[in-house]
Amino acid sequence: MKILVTITEARSVDTIFEIDGLDIDDRYLSSDLNEWDAYALEEAVRRTEDEGGEVVAVTIGPEGVEGTIRQTLAKGADRAIRVWDEQLAALDLLDPLTKAAVLGAVVDAERPDLVFTGVQSGDDAFGATPIALASTLGWAWGTVVNDLRLEASVAHVHRELEGNLEELTDVERPAVLSIQTGINEPRHASLRDVTEAQQADIAVRDLADLGLGGDALTSSIDQTALYEPEREGEATIYEGSPEETAAELATVIEETGVMQ
Amino acid sequence: MTVLVVAEHRRGELRDPSFEALTAGRELADATGGDLHVGVVGGDVERHAERLNREGVDLVHTVAHGEEFNHDVSTQAIAQLVEAVEPTVLLAPDTVNGLDYLPAVAERLDLPLVTDVIDLEYDEGLTVTRELYEGKVETTLSIDAPRAAITVRPGSWPQAEGTGDAEVDAFDATIDESAVRSTVTGFQEIGGEVDVAEADVLVAVGRGIESEDNLEIVRELADVLGATLAASRPVIDNGWLPADRQVGQSGKTVSPELYIAVGISGTAQHVSGVRAETFVAINDDPNAPIFDVADYGVVDDLFEVVPALTERLKRS
Repeated sequence: MKILVTITEARSVDTIFEIDGLDIDDRYLSSDLNEWDAYALEEAVRRTEDEGGEVVAVTIGPEGVEGTIRQTLAKGADRAIRVWDEQLAALDLLDPLTKAAVLGAVVDAERPDLVFTGVQSGDDAFGATPIALASTLGWAWGTVVNDLRLEASVAHVHRELEGNLEELTDVERPAVLSIQTGINEPRHASLRDVTEAQQADIAVRDLADLGLGGDALTSSIDQTALYEPEREGEATIYEGSPEETAAELATVIEETGVMQ
Repeated sequence: MTVLVVAEHRRGELRDPSFEALTAGRELADATGGDLHVGVVGGDVERHAERLNREGVDLVHTVAHGEEFNHDVSTQAIAQLVEAVEPTVLLAPDTVNGLDYLPAVAERLDLPLVTDVIDLEYDEGLTVTRELYEGKVETTLSIDAPRAAITVRPGSWPQAEGTGDAEVDAFDATIDESAVRSTVTGFQEIGGEVDVAEADVLVAVGRGIESEDNLEIVRELADVLGATLAASRPVIDNGWLPADRQVGQSGKTVSPELYIAVGISGTAQHVSGVRAETFVAINDDPNAPIFDVADYGVVDDLFEVVPALTERLKRS
């Protein structure tokens, strides 16, 4: 069984940061393997460990994301593909439909049995790429999967709905399945695996390699502003030593009357 | 222009985010003197249509097909409805199911798609606002296209109320059953021994606690308060507390007298599940969105503040 796992390097903002135009400077940003994708990868690796096969990790990003993609190799992916070129670099915003078009071309080239993705990425949190990808491919899909049992022609999934409720759904294969956090416990890579991953080749593909012309990337969505939100709440923030702030909070708690 | 909102239902009942999306849709339609349509697929569509006839709704389209949500059916039905109605903006709630078909509709009809939108404006074009980096930053996006598909975040607009004078149109969608490749076979409640929704006092712990061993300091705080221990999603995912302790969109909605959030950043998925009379937050990040919803807060290291608070309360 061959499973393709889509990988995103997710960025997070430091406690203190500055916005410059439409960007936050890299010095205020940290990058890591997207949390949801770590679960998707683990789920794929476990399947191929049990049944044989191959896990191929695919990411869209510049050379700088290779540290993240190497994490996927250290955690059990057999191969990694990175897609990037000048056309992608020139995009203002990598929206879900554009990502789906690029990833769809990779799936066409790799012809996996299944595609696993994370439910969303932690930074932009669009949460739409898996479904758009399935639609691009003409495949079935199952989203927010927190339990998975595979048969030859069908995937039995539990979809996590709101309010401690799960939907039980049968999805025909081939399918794109978006994996929710908590479905498994992602492994930590051993030092040996990390070292080996540092030496591994990562296949780099541009859009021409994938048979995509520049018109595949037309997007009508433009970012026009980036700013810190106005604080909506009127929280009373206590300042001082931990003992001082604890005393203030204790007074608030006592005044609620819950400690009678 | 025409705005088309897609309503959502589950187990026989329309869900609240449907009525919030109607408010967002009406605001958008008002910006251009346009009409507000709403579509509902499956279930008891006639009863749904009656409830969806809120003030400001001009037309309700019903698609009678199946009882529960099926994303393959919704994708086909809504795509056909969009081609018939030709709305400028297609709106759906940013829910698990809203996100389960709208991206496919957008891909199929080549509509630009923006999800999890918290504000909308229309002035010679559509501009939307959304959050990035777990709510620490907001961004605005302009959409230069004749039509767009948008999901709106639950809790960002009030629910549409009143009664309108909408017409009801039974829309005759043609569902290709061979393209229905997923089948919903049932539902399962995730229950447990503890019902956090019943608790008057909750001490909720988040990712900031760092390890299972550190839970002890929040347990001690909960004990001294006679509170129930709850958690945000990362703590549950790590297996440090069972799923019945989870508060938020995918867990339980709670409405205690006192809610103390410890080391919780305050993502929309979490805070949408909290309606506390008094909300206290302890977090070392001054930009954490939890301080937008808290009544009282301390920006400091929880490992120092929480034990100090426990000791102080013991002396009370």
